[in-house]
Amino acid sequence: MVSTLHAIVLFPFLLALIVPRLYHLLGRRLGWAILPFPFAVTLYLLGLLPTVGGGDTLLSSWAWAPSFGIHLSLMLDGFGLLFALLIAGIGTLVVLYSIFYLGPDEDLGRFYISVLLFMGAMFGVVLSENLLSLYVFWEITSFSSFLLIGFWYAKDESRAGALKSILITVTGGFALLAGILLLGAAGGTFSIRELLGQVAVIQAHPYYPAIVGLILLGAFTKSAQVPFHLWLPGAMAAPTPVSAYLHSATMVKAGIFLTAKMGMLLGGTGLWFYVVAGIGMATMFLGSYLAVQQRDLKGLLAFSTISQLGLIITMFAYGTVESLSAGILHILNHGIFKASLFMLVGIIDHETGTREIDRLRGLRRAMPVTAMLMFFGAFAMAGLPLLNGFVSKEMIFMAMLEPPIGPNLFTSVVPVVAVLGSAFTVVYCLIIAHKIFFGPLSTDTPVKPHEASWGLLFAPTLLSVLIVWLGLSPQVVEQHIVAAGTASLAGTPVSLHLALWHGFNWPLVMSIGAILVGGLLYWRLGWVTGLLRRLSSTPYHMNALYEWSLDALDRGTKRFNARIMTGNTRDYLVFIFGFTAVAVGYTLLRTAFVPADWALANLAPITWTEAAAIVVMIAGALTAVFVRQRIAAALAVGAVGFMVAILWVVWRAPDLALTQTIVETVTLVPLAIAFTYLPKLRQRPFRPRVEGVNAVVAVALGLLAGGLTLAFLTHRLFGSIGEFFVENSYTLGGGRNIVNVMLVDFRGLDTLGEITVLSLVALAVYTLVRSQREGSRPAPSDVPSQSTLMLNPLILPAVARVLFFMVLVFSVYLFFRGHHYPGGGFIGGMMAVTSMLIWALAFERTATVRLVPVHPRYLLASGLLTVIALGIAPMFAGYPFLTQFFGYYEVPFLGQVELATALLFDLGVAQVVFGATYWFVITMADGTPLGRVSRRPVPAVAATIDDAEGERGEAAQWKS
Amino acid sequence: MEVLISLAVGVVVACSGYLMMTRDMVRIILGVLMMGYGINLALFMAGGIKAGGPPVLIDEVGAAVTDPVPQALILTAIVIALGVFALLLTLGFRTFQENGSDDFEELTGVEHD
Repeated sequence: MVSTLHAIVLFPFLLALIVPRLYHLLGRRLGWAILPFPFAVTLYLLGLLPTVGGGDTLLSSWAWAPSFGIHLSLMLDGFGLLFALLIAGIGTLVVLYSIFYLGPDEDLGRFYISVLLFMGAMFGVVLSENLLSLYVFWEITSFSSFLLIGFWYAKDESRAGALKSILITVTGGFALLAGILLLGAAGGTFSIRELLGQVAVIQAHPYYPAIVGLILLGAFTKSAQVPFHLWLPGAMAAPTPVSAYLHSATMVKAGIFLTAKMGMLLGGTGLWFYVVAGIGMATMFLGSYLAVQQRDLKGLLAFSTISQLGLIITMFAYGTVESLSAGILHILNHGIFKASLFMLVGIIDHETGTREIDRLRGLRRAMPVTAMLMFFGAFAMAGLPLLNGFVSKEMIFMAMLEPPIGPNLFTSVVPVVAVLGSAFTVVYCLIIAHKIFFGPLSTDTPVKPHEASWGLLFAPTLLSVLIVWLGLSPQVVEQHIVAAGTASLAGTPVSLHLALWHGFNWPLVMSIGAILVGGLLYWRLGWVTGLLRRLSSTPYHMNALYEWSLDALDRGTKRFNARIMTGNTRDYLVFIFGFTAVAVGYTLLRTAFVPADWALANLAPITWTEAAAIVVMIAGALTAVFVRQRIAAALAVGAVGFMVAILWVVWRAPDLALTQTIVETVTLVPLAIAFTYLPKLRQRPFRPRVEGVNAVVAVALGLLAGGLTLAFLTHRLFGSIGEFFVENSYTLGGGRNIVNVMLVDFRGLDTLGEITVLSLVALAVYTLVRSQREGSRPAPSDVPSQSTLMLNPLILPAVARVLFFMVLVFSVYLFFRGHHYPGGGFIGGMMAVTSMLIWALAFERTATVRLVPVHPRYLLASGLLTVIALGIAPMFAGYPFLTQFFGYYEVPFLGQVELATALLFDLGVAQVVFGATYWFVITMADGTPLGRVSRRPVPAVAATIDDAEGERGEAAQWKS
Repeated sequence: MEVLISLAVGVVVACSGYLMMTRDMVRIILGVLMMGYGINLALFMAGGIKAGGPPVLIDEVGAAVTDPVPQALILTAIVIALGVFALLLTLGFRTFQENGSDDFEELTGVEHD
């Protein structure tokens, strides 16, 4: 059933579809048409606060790919509601902001399509109840992020940033997929709610460490945790509304969302705690440490985001009620103040033309409102009292002092690192709040600084109101957001008390310490940044590693491809044959090659006929390899084929024996023709290395084929399905010849496919021969009047006349008896071709061509159509495609006669087999440019089937 | 008997594989043709040999017959192999006609050693 939740997820995608049309209609006012959607969702979600925020969970499921167990099941609980509100709420403000931010020359259609794709995918991630659909939406967010980072694709840094972000996040996404699949294997389901009942099973499962590693890899790459943080600064090449939305408030928090959700399944173990908290704290410290050194305002905010994400993710390693609620509140607070900060930096960029920290001074004078709003955002981030960041930071410090494990060295170091990181946070907050706004107004900016329009200022103003409101009275979100979110993660109802003032306690001391140290460092900022930049200026940083590995991958792939993709068939065959021999051979050797109950006595006895046939076969195969004359090689191969036919006779396979014999005969004719125009085999120097490799690979392949054949004998895993056909051939198919009944009845669809292939071959051969360039086509005078196949002009024609009719009659006989005795459409059709070949050997080609009154393409078409019509007709009576019918009728004088639709089917098969084979053999003969030239001059002779047809047409015209 | 057949299959497949890896067009095409024979033989072995009479219900229903499934499969394979062979020959001929060479290394511009 499709519900409102589905509508929230799917509507942005649908809206994205009509954006180009809207853009055409509305032009630069396009944003106003997008705005109502996130705004309506925000209102709807706010309306859900009392119910979902009170502990309810909304659920709805829609079968998507039910056979794979993938349902688009959506779930909205307290934790999901917080994220959905962020996505919708910040989304509304960002769309509004972007209306004023993006100039009229920008490609707004592309921008809003990407934003809508992202919005829908992000809703999908936080609302998915099924891990596989979560993964799909997860990847769409990476993809839309890529598009948005590369929005100004003409710039090098945009393309590099987009590439870096997608390489890192998609690698992580791939790990996530693997982790999800392992998790599904361990827990037996992909439903998050069902998995929650399997926590003990999953954590005891041998896959558990791998699951943790792979899923965290996905989460850490998405949330820009060390060492995958590289992509986020590069992502700052995106337009600022995008940075505010994707790269601070929502998408980068998807990793946190996943970590929090997975913490319910995988958390509580030492492995989870140390990995997540360790990486989180390292990221927190490194991010703030690097943020201080940035020269670009957006870069500073990017590293600050990295740092804050690390702090939040640490909370979900702790997993206590205190830490979960602290993490949830900080997700909300960070979303609010960081979005505001990004928008304000965007305003500064927009109104001064630069984001370089060193070039900006005294902006307070020119941009008083921006300065004011920036103070709120920056001091909230620094954790100053009366602003929202203070409350959650206190809670975080408190949670760190009460670890679920230990206390040990690690848990004692965490608060210290947090205070140090916070001190750096204070420093960079002062940079954006004080350094650029105070002092004399800078004069060297590209644009003379001036205050922004109300449209740009509206969204950060609203966010600043929230910053102050939540700072003064955090109890507003206490119940419906923080407690509800914590309860849905902890699995039990939670009662919380959020307050501005917690009394004089350790967290307060830590906050004051961080602020004091930070203030002190900012006082000596020039010296501090100088020192830090010197410390960080090693060539061995992560970006260098990224560049190096990208380059190495590029060069490695090229080198590898140059070696593997040589363009030479022989090399490909060496790889294919060699790999098959090694891989399949290894499996073969690992399984018991000869079972214990195997005995020589089980083997079939050897008769002299068989032994002789096999000796000739082996000799023939070896001859084909070593002989130097091509005609000898062809005859040797032919000998192998005829020996196979003899084995079919001995092994009671009369249909095979008949077909093989006829096909051998028919094969020789095109081969003989081919020899008249292909050059003779050349003598070449022996190349030991190449031939040696070929020989080794060929022997390995032969060993594999022989081994597999033996394995057929010793490994009978289940009985043959042949029993079914033996039992039902007469009763269900109405025929005694089981092989024929299988071909025309039981497996009729395969046969239809086969005759289609044969028709295509005939068409392809014909097209290839006809496609000869003018110069390479034989001129009419060169066309031999006699067939290239013509052997003896005296004796053969006499014999041929008799033989032709005998063979033709025999082929009709073979065709009709096929249903009950060896024979049938294939054999009959092929035998008829043989009769044509006899004629062609004896007479002129035009005579041969005229033997068949219709062009073979009509035979092909009518044969195929007959078979298809026979297939479709029963469907009108409600039977499946290709149902065959048969019945017995009393006919005067003849007695009981069977009439079966299978006979018509076989007639279609015979037509196609005859038409196709006849067509391509004759065409190949026609295409011979090097045929013997007739001694006597010949008037214009119809050279090809088509010409013969044309002549017939002319003749008909003359008659009339 | 089965061991002997396995040997024959091995030799035929090895020889065809070798022919396919050479550089002469004619030998490659012959290799493809011959490999079909070897694989058909192996396929037949999957149904077992000499388990009964031909799969034609002439006498009475219930008499032991050879497994008809491999036979039906091989019958199809033989006819398709003829088609493939004809197509390869034509392609080979046209390639030679257009490029003036039947040497795969010359045609692809790759020269070993």
